[in-house]
Amino acid sequence: MITMPLWKRLLILAISLWGIVAAVPNAFYGRVEHHNDAVKAIEAAGGTATEEQNAALAQWPSYLPSSLMSLGLDLRGGAHLLAEVETASVYAQRIDAMWPEVRDALKGVRDQVGNVRRQPADAGVLKVTLSKPEGMSVALEKVKALAQPVVTLTGVGSSDLEVTTEGTDTIVVQLSPAEKNATDSRTMQQSLEIIRRRVDEVGTREPTIQREGTDRILIQVPGLGSAQELKDIIGTTAKLTFNEVVGQTANAETPASPNQAVLPDAEREGVFYVVSTEAVVTGEELTNAQPSFDQNGQPSVSFQFNPSGARKFGDYTAANIGKPFAIVLDDKVISAPVIQSHIGGGSGVITGHFTVEGSTHLAVLLRAGALPAKMTFLEERTIGPELGQDSVDAGRLAAVVGLIAVSVFMIASYGLFGIFAIVALGINMALIIAVLSAIGATLTLPGIGGIVLTIGMAVDANVLVYERIREELRHAKTPGRAVEIGYERALSAIIDANLTTLITAIILFYMGSGPVKGFAVTLGIGVITSVFSAIYITRFIIEVWLNRTRPKTIVV
Amino acid sequence: MAWRLRLAPEKTSIDFFKHQWLTFGGSVVLMLAAIAVWVVVGLNFGIDFKGGTTVRTESTTPVDVGEYRKALEGLPLGDIVISEVFDTNFRPDQHVAMVRVSSAQKGEAVTPETLQQVKDTLVKMDPALKIVSEETVGPKVSGELIWNSVLALGLTSLAIMAYITLRFEWQMAFGGVMALLHDVIITIGIFALFQIRFDLTIVAALLTILGYSINDTVVVFDRLRENLIKYKTMPLREVMNLSVNETLSRTLMTSITTLIAVGSLLVFGGDVIRGFSFAIFMGVLLGTYSSVYVAKNLVLFIGLDRSDKPKGGKLSDHEFANIDA
Repeated sequence: MITMPLWKRLLILAISLWGIVAAVPNAFYGRVEHHNDAVKAIEAAGGTATEEQNAALAQWPSYLPSSLMSLGLDLRGGAHLLAEVETASVYAQRIDAMWPEVRDALKGVRDQVGNVRRQPADAGVLKVTLSKPEGMSVALEKVKALAQPVVTLTGVGSSDLEVTTEGTDTIVVQLSPAEKNATDSRTMQQSLEIIRRRVDEVGTREPTIQREGTDRILIQVPGLGSAQELKDIIGTTAKLTFNEVVGQTANAETPASPNQAVLPDAEREGVFYVVSTEAVVTGEELTNAQPSFDQNGQPSVSFQFNPSGARKFGDYTAANIGKPFAIVLDDKVISAPVIQSHIGGGSGVITGHFTVEGSTHLAVLLRAGALPAKMTFLEERTIGPELGQDSVDAGRLAAVVGLIAVSVFMIASYGLFGIFAIVALGINMALIIAVLSAIGATLTLPGIGGIVLTIGMAVDANVLVYERIREELRHAKTPGRAVEIGYERALSAIIDANLTTLITAIILFYMGSGPVKGFAVTLGIGVITSVFSAIYITRFIIEVWLNRTRPKTIVV
Repeated sequence: MAWRLRLAPEKTSIDFFKHQWLTFGGSVVLMLAAIAVWVVVGLNFGIDFKGGTTVRTESTTPVDVGEYRKALEGLPLGDIVISEVFDTNFRPDQHVAMVRVSSAQKGEAVTPETLQQVKDTLVKMDPALKIVSEETVGPKVSGELIWNSVLALGLTSLAIMAYITLRFEWQMAFGGVMALLHDVIITIGIFALFQIRFDLTIVAALLTILGYSINDTVVVFDRLRENLIKYKTMPLREVMNLSVNETLSRTLMTSITTLIAVGSLLVFGGDVIRGFSFAIFMGVLLGTYSSVYVAKNLVLFIGLDRSDKPKGGKLSDHEFANIDA
């Protein structure tokens, strides 16, 4: 028979060896994980290691590979959230902010357009009526002048505002479709960034935070107690403002003038504040926030402003000594202290009715910044670590039993050739695990199912080859020739069969989510490695065996 | 000759068309029955597709479904479904139940407060009870997931059909994909009949069946193509019988190895993926049957173009063109 060229043999050996070596760390999962954590921690600390870290480091030799498959939430336990960002709410904010600008722009031409009034309209739409409709063209020109070009690749040449008229005296302003698109992607990016910062602040391992579709974010945090906890961290907008207090009231329906709002007290029910909607300073101008204790020993949050925030805050406090101001978080008044003196240093303390946890939490939110838009949660899952461990154990048992049963069956059916197939199957398993580790794929429970399924499917290719060899042997071919033809002729069916499975895996990968995606990945990798092991590894073994023993006849 | 386990004798000459009205007809009847059960009884959709909340509980005291139900009755909930879970891997004092609740308001998700109440109530009823997992899927996502699943199944069928057409002939692609749909539809029928929970992982399993079941069919077609060239004058029906007989042993072998592995997953893999394992198990079983009794019957009904044009089975423009299994 024609033997494989040397380079091919070496390549097969090298790949097999790599698979085995790279799969090994997963057999010592706990140790390697400690080692990896220690490496990361030491790196973060700038190269200095504590005694504990050195001990953890010593658990796994650094010259061995240390990549692991990461375990999915269903195996490790943790929290999963699918959030939808209300991107449209940002339009309303933008448009509301336009009103003063429009008003000021039209003020300059008052003699031509008359008085302007804002009319009630849908969120994200600004309707302005003029008392002198004949000035419409002048007004339109002024308002259109406020528009700016959209700065995106796709929206080049379009402006950010869409200005139309309604009737003879009403101007309608809203964001243009191009600007809406640009705003959406900005909102999503900011939301992702802020969620990432908040989750990182809590300091859990390997969170997954990724965008799904146009307006969704998937957040998976292993090891977290519950989805509710995760929601507490990322669910609040955390928009902080410092506002002037106009008055206090017990009635939520108190009429407020256009630039004022009635906001409830965060703690005491039935207490409302009338505040000016124009914020003195906002949370965006904070540089830092930490949990602390006030002079009475109550938990509080201390903060620092950036220079411009500090100046605004200093000017305001200097001018309003003796008057109350409100600290507003997400439209609720946390506290409304009276300004005792000019606060010039740019730092301050928020006192309220906090618990220690509450103040720590608020400090985290303030440091990470406010979310640009509200989020709703479409999917929440919490998986307990015990259930995850049970699943890992069950999956491992199923894999071991499956492997042994298939081995027994193959040896009973094909004798020595069955053993060859089993050796290749073992290397195949190692290769799957090695590839999963190398690409940092996440193993899920259905993923384990995919690996077990691969055990059964991987030997199929060997079955096809062996059956073909048997057939050729019946036609009185020499052993070498029969083996060669067997591999050659079975190839087309093997390729066809596995390509269809690969197609399925690819479609599953793109359509599926979470655990199903994990299944698609192991199935896809499994198909590729099994074709490799069935076609090349077994052939390599059989060739070596044939060359060494040179049998006159063989029995498959 | 050394002893070998053989699932089929070395040489068989079974007439696979002899009882075709029983075998093929039976398949058609079974398929219609599956669709009927599916439509009439309906599938027991999990929260992935229906929306709602499930809580998995674990306790050292036995589960009394009536007790659970009574405890939850006073809460503002819609449907309450409580089922005990059994598994060979459980410890003797490990009693697991799945509690599925939906909001009293139709089309809304259970609020966090209500969910907390549910959990508190359950723990109050049985202090040894622990909540090991909880999942909530909103109605918006569940609708999309159904649509995505249908789309995925359709796309996969089309992709496989396209591939088989490319490698063989369109008649074979049609027969093969029909056989696949047969496997998938009957599997869905079984899920409807026994009211086994149908969730996203089951869809993944069905897709896997599509990809896997075609394998046996491909092996038969591959041989058929080879034999059609070898025996130019033999009637199509006989060439088909010959091809199936020649490949019978490997069809059975490949199915058995996969069934062994999936069977292990079914028995030992835990209850969380039992439905998934069961679907694949049924699919492989049905797939073996359909590649012997369904796919080629359809091809025979349609007929094959056996004229010597260079088109069709012998595509000569790719690397495997002259290689046959």
